Amino acid sequence: MLNQKDILSTIEMIDQQHLDIRTITMGISLLSCCDPSADRACGKIYDKITRYAEKLVRTGEEIEQEFGIPIVNKRISVTPMALVAGASETEDYVPFAMALDWAAKTCGVNFIGGYSALVQKGMTAADEKLIRSIPEALARTELVCSSINVGSTKAGINMDAVALMGRIVKETAKATEAQDGLGCAKLVVFCNAVEDNPFMAGAFHGVGEAEKVINVGVSGPGVVYHALQAVKGQSFDVVAETVKKTAFRITRMGQLVAQEASRRLDTPFGIVDLSLAPTPAVGDSVARILEEMGLETCGTHGTTAALALLNDAVKKGGVMASSSVGGLSGAFIPVSEDEGMIAAAKAGTLCLDKLEAMTCVCSVGLDMIAVPGDTPAETIAAIIADEAAIGMVNCKTTAVRLLPAPGKTVGGTIEMGGLLGSAPVMPVHPESSAAFIARGGRIPAPLHSLKN
Amino acid sequence: MNAIVTVVGQDRVGIIAAICNKLATFNVNILDISQTILQGSFTMVMAVDVSEATASFGEVGEALAELGTGMGLSIRIQRQEIFNAMHTL
Repeated sequence: MLNQKDILSTIEMIDQQHLDIRTITMGISLLSCCDPSADRACGKIYDKITRYAEKLVRTGEEIEQEFGIPIVNKRISVTPMALVAGASETEDYVPFAMALDWAAKTCGVNFIGGYSALVQKGMTAADEKLIRSIPEALARTELVCSSINVGSTKAGINMDAVALMGRIVKETAKATEAQDGLGCAKLVVFCNAVEDNPFMAGAFHGVGEAEKVINVGVSGPGVVYHALQAVKGQSFDVVAETVKKTAFRITRMGQLVAQEASRRLDTPFGIVDLSLAPTPAVGDSVARILEEMGLETCGTHGTTAALALLNDAVKKGGVMASSSVGGLSGAFIPVSEDEGMIAAAKAGTLCLDKLEAMTCVCSVGLDMIAVPGDTPAETIAAIIADEAAIGMVNCKTTAVRLLPAPGKTVGGTIEMGGLLGSAPVMPVHPESSAAFIARGGRIPAPLHSLKN
Repeated sequence: MNAIVTVVGQDRVGIIAAICNKLATFNVNILDISQTILQGSFTMVMAVDVSEATASFGEVGEALAELGTGMGLSIRIQRQEIFNAMHTL
């Protein structure tokens, strides 16, 4: 039976600790939209998305109102566009991005993901056309997000794609120079990309998925931070238990919302993604949770261990609370979107190398990190290769979302506003990786015995 | 369908009367009330039945929130399932 204390604790989590559902994402298969005519294909894409997701935003708002829980984003993910556009006889894929953007605006969603290609082992002609169109596509659209998978544990790392993505990231920053290179915030390079991720910029609707599906991403760094404040100075066993219990509650709420959305939209429920996703708001930071565990500043020695505990405990608590867990599930560490990370980076404690170490134990990777605008494309490619190697060897998803800041150097800041926040420009190693990237080819998939 | 009304704010004369009146105008039945002063602020939790309500859930919520704004209180109504999900197995 409910008691008053429990009810008020939920109200406090929502009011003061930023508890929310971060996103309801509807995945839609666009495979039925393939057409030799690009115009006709774009028309079919627009029609299908707007038909399926017509009620998505309204339903999200109704659930928000009835349950009294904020649902921050309503989003759409679609089949990797290279697979759909590949059927059309055209050299220009930008109209496909425009069709997605137009459909997203008609539906009123916050973002649409899936301007994507999966090239971990090799690139088709369509994949390459799509990748080369990314800078223009992201500059000419507002809501479209793009992701490219360049590696996997089973296939290895496609170093030709890595080299190309280094250049594409730079070109995307240049194409959106007037907005501080905002295009790069909507472009992510994956290793071991997952097919049911509801979070942007990396969401796409995998080919193994159903016709349409509802995936939900929960959040709640503020709630975990608050819960840990009550166990100051106690052992890590207590810390892990506290995080697990909190994650369980948060996920139960996510599961309820996901089921309700699935029922009302007559769309199968896919997964709940258990990620702790921070926002730039004070009190909604993953970095502050790590600091609450006893670190003076996030990024100092001990940070990786603290994050490993947090990431694992979130999964253990959450997995019991949902009938189906998936997506990226873990703790996110996007620098520009986390008030504590921004502060630690500005103080110089949190550097790129430490962030790379942190990505070995948490979900995703080098995320929303501003680097100097004059960083060579080869250096960006080499950072992508490092991160992909971590994912490939450790059988986990890793990603890179770097923001080369046009015309800015270390000490500068780029401002993106809203949930994307602001990012202090962080230094990269000046020594060249050009000859390494110039080799091309493929890094073979790793051996999975003789583990050391 | 059951829902939970929560009221938090500065104590004053007539809070319960005003809220009960408002709920009655929508034909919302009150099942249980518990009220206390927590850290100096008036805190009330009501379990209500909205299945016979004469307005939509959203309209009842808006009317209560508006009443709260006028009285300097935070009043909200949420479906009970959310609390069940988070606090009971």
